[in-house]
Amino acid sequence: MNRQIVKLFGFIVVLFGILVAFTSYWSVFDAKNLKAQEANKRPLLEQQQIRRGRILAADGTVIAKSVAKGHGDALRFVRRYPEGALFGHPIGYSFVRYGDSEFEQSHNDELIGEESEFGSILDQLTGRKQEGDDIVTNLDLNAQRVALEGLEAAGFGAVVAIEPSTGEVKVMASNKPYDPNRVPYELSKLNRNNAETPLLNRATQGLYPPGSTFKVVTAAAGLESGTITPETAFAAPSPLEVEGSPLENDFNTSYPPISLDTALTNSVNTWFGQLGQKVGQDALFETMEKFGFNSTPPIDLPEDEVYNSGVYEHEHTLSRNDPVDLARVAIGQERLLATPLQIAMVAAAVANGGKLMKPQIWNRVVDSDGRVVKRLDPSTYSEPVSAKTAAELTTAMEGVVSEGTGTNAAIPGVAVAGKTGTAETPYNKSCGGGEEENQAWFMGFAPADNPKIAIAASVECTEQFGNDVAAPIFRAVAEAILNGE
Amino acid sequence: MRSSARNRELVALVPVALLLTAGFAAVFAQEGSRLGNLSAIYGAYFFAVCLATHIYLRIRLPNADPYLFPLMALLTAFGLVMVYRIDESLARDQANWFVLGLVLFALTIQFLRDYEVLERFRYTIAAIGLLLLLAPRLPGIGQQVNGAYLGVKLGPLQFQPAEFSKIAIVIFLASYLREHREVLIVGARRVLGVTLPPLKHFGPMLVVWGASMFMLVFIRDLGSSLMFFAAFLALLYVATGRFSFVVIGMAMFVVGAWFFASTVPHVHDRVEIWLHPYNDPTGNGYQILQSIFAQADGGLFGKGFGQGLITIPGTNAALLPAAQTDTIYSLIVNELGLFGACGVILIYLLIAARGFKIALIAGDGFSKLLATGLTAVFSIQAFVIIGGVTRVIPLTGVTLPFVSYGGSSIVANFVLLALLLLISDRARREAVEPAGRELALGMT
Repeated sequence: MNRQIVKLFGFIVVLFGILVAFTSYWSVFDAKNLKAQEANKRPLLEQQQIRRGRILAADGTVIAKSVAKGHGDALRFVRRYPEGALFGHPIGYSFVRYGDSEFEQSHNDELIGEESEFGSILDQLTGRKQEGDDIVTNLDLNAQRVALEGLEAAGFGAVVAIEPSTGEVKVMASNKPYDPNRVPYELSKLNRNNAETPLLNRATQGLYPPGSTFKVVTAAAGLESGTITPETAFAAPSPLEVEGSPLENDFNTSYPPISLDTALTNSVNTWFGQLGQKVGQDALFETMEKFGFNSTPPIDLPEDEVYNSGVYEHEHTLSRNDPVDLARVAIGQERLLATPLQIAMVAAAVANGGKLMKPQIWNRVVDSDGRVVKRLDPSTYSEPVSAKTAAELTTAMEGVVSEGTGTNAAIPGVAVAGKTGTAETPYNKSCGGGEEENQAWFMGFAPADNPKIAIAASVECTEQFGNDVAAPIFRAVAEAILNGE
Repeated sequence: MRSSARNRELVALVPVALLLTAGFAAVFAQEGSRLGNLSAIYGAYFFAVCLATHIYLRIRLPNADPYLFPLMALLTAFGLVMVYRIDESLARDQANWFVLGLVLFALTIQFLRDYEVLERFRYTIAAIGLLLLLAPRLPGIGQQVNGAYLGVKLGPLQFQPAEFSKIAIVIFLASYLREHREVLIVGARRVLGVTLPPLKHFGPMLVVWGASMFMLVFIRDLGSSLMFFAAFLALLYVATGRFSFVVIGMAMFVVGAWFFASTVPHVHDRVEIWLHPYNDPTGNGYQILQSIFAQADGGLFGKGFGQGLITIPGTNAALLPAAQTDTIYSLIVNELGLFGACGVILIYLLIAARGFKIALIAGDGFSKLLATGLTAVFSIQAFVIIGGVTRVIPLTGVTLPFVSYGGSSIVANFVLLALLLLISDRARREAVEPAGRELALGMT
């Protein structure tokens, strides 16, 4: 019988081995998946017991904080947003029952003080309770307010302001705004509202035809590829037959041979259309991609809440090998769509001598003892153009504001470089299908000789032009930031 | 020899008492308010009780296996601390049962020194075992828990008869198989290449199969049914050495279980929940899903003792249902991590190793089979409940021996331990007495 007894013991060992294997699977190998299950409320219940860190504006104003409710085992924390709708975008919301979004989601680990497993063992040994860290953002309270008020007067749209030398995001405003404090009460209503889409951050998720603001990218590609110099001049007749249909300038004006400055100042469509064709699709797409098109913008927001800019076919952006109407892409039409964030990145790159810094909303992480745990280290995303090209583009963009299509952006005593854009969006369903609807843009930076701020402002569904509705918002936000320093 | 075995037992009990002290200290530290010499007092009580048991063993069973009692005391200590962390008053019950269990342990050793006497009453014992199983369905005393009939209530006394019944049935099987193993082997016939046991002697074996199926249908206790039948097959295999008998038995169980799973709603539900827990995450599937979610939160090292969530904060709603009984293992994984859980499994494995070792060195067939059966039923019980909460098999309401809250379980398992030690004491004494064989056998 002894042989059988030993075999039986072997069988028991195998059975217990199976138990160890299954326990390992649930507790370690499949743990991540299990924690993400809808039916699993544990991660949320535990987070609810952690005092989530605060989110602060650059000047220390509290944007989001956690307040305690209940005592003892029933203690839990609930999120409050003292500034209401002002920072609904880009801060987002965080509620146990309703989930989280935007900045609250992308910086969740710091806000709940999540550490490595080793760190949590240390905490257990030392009896330290897990506490969230505060995050100080780069957001400028006053400028954000000016931007949102400007948008609310003009129409739905977005404003993004970036410090060119660091990538610090000073303003990110989206109209229609929402108050994150209301999310627990009316999330379904906020979601349902199709015309206003208040939960949509138009700065990062609004895909709009960029219109003439894109001519700066085309010009950059022309200069950078050596196709033109600032002195290169050629004629720009109107209308010009392109791909079987006529392309026209404003008021159907034909131009004799002109160079970049004049063409940009007057936003001459047929000049840039020809330039796009001369540059070629490879060089134009290369420059676009260096400015950030066709990729997820490198900002500290959840990737699925930041849309790519590019030439869209269905849900995807086209690459340099796909057939496009190059002349119309070059003037920001065709199927080209861009977010206000992307256009602000173009302005910021030109302003920073051709170097595009990664746009970041956070500035530093501060622990509960007031120590700075982590600080933003500005990093370069790409170098789309040389310093020389950037300077040449700046000169041309100054002309736009001083004597061209963007005079409403001018600030007394400060040199401003910029570019307007007015993309016609007739019969657009989201605008109500009107015939005269435009997407109005202004992008630029100031001061032109020593840029402190680069801004893109975009207003959807307006019958007015970029210079009429977007340039004044640019000017107000730029003044708020420059005066605030 | 005799003193060295007991000395080893004594030495092994010290860390167990220290572990219990440290465990209570951890609970107190967690709760923060009360201070910790209470934990030292509990530790001292526990050690005193163990010491008394140890002295009793020194007198009555000097040669018995030195590790089994400390290992089981370790599980009990672990269980006490875990239950205390869940609910203080439950732990007080548990401590009382621990003492009651030790009293029954001592009585068993006192009066069953010549445990062969059990053989004489084997049919009586089998009848008592079956009656015990049947008791929960008897009107007036039976109790239904979660659709299964597991409990009996006699006045103030309330217990789970299956815990005691398992010992009775193992005794019967060991005795029966000891007597009939020869015939079962010799009389076996090959039919179509399959070795079949002789029908005449297999009748009583069919009764066991019938009892398992009966449990499945009338008691609706899938876990106990599985446990009993597995122990039966283990014994049958050891007694006859015929693997084919095991295969036939398994086939019979599977066919029977499959038949009843498709006809008896309770059994069917259990299997459905096991296969598709996400179909009803807030209803039927809640317990097994929460059990697994609790384990997912544990990771390698666990959340720390006393840190796991058992109820939804601020409410009495269970986040880990039946944490003190069925899902106590999930709580262990949650708080002590994969490493802690492996430690617990290792203790059960060590107990199994010691139990089978007793069976190996036992001199006579009945002792061998009895030790094998008791060890097998104990190990399989641990497998059934841990396997249940880790979704290896359908989750059923079986206790985790010595760890789960439950008086019947603790008391019955101490009787089981007493029987194992009785067998061990005799086997080792017999092994020692012929001079000079001690070294050759490598006694430990």
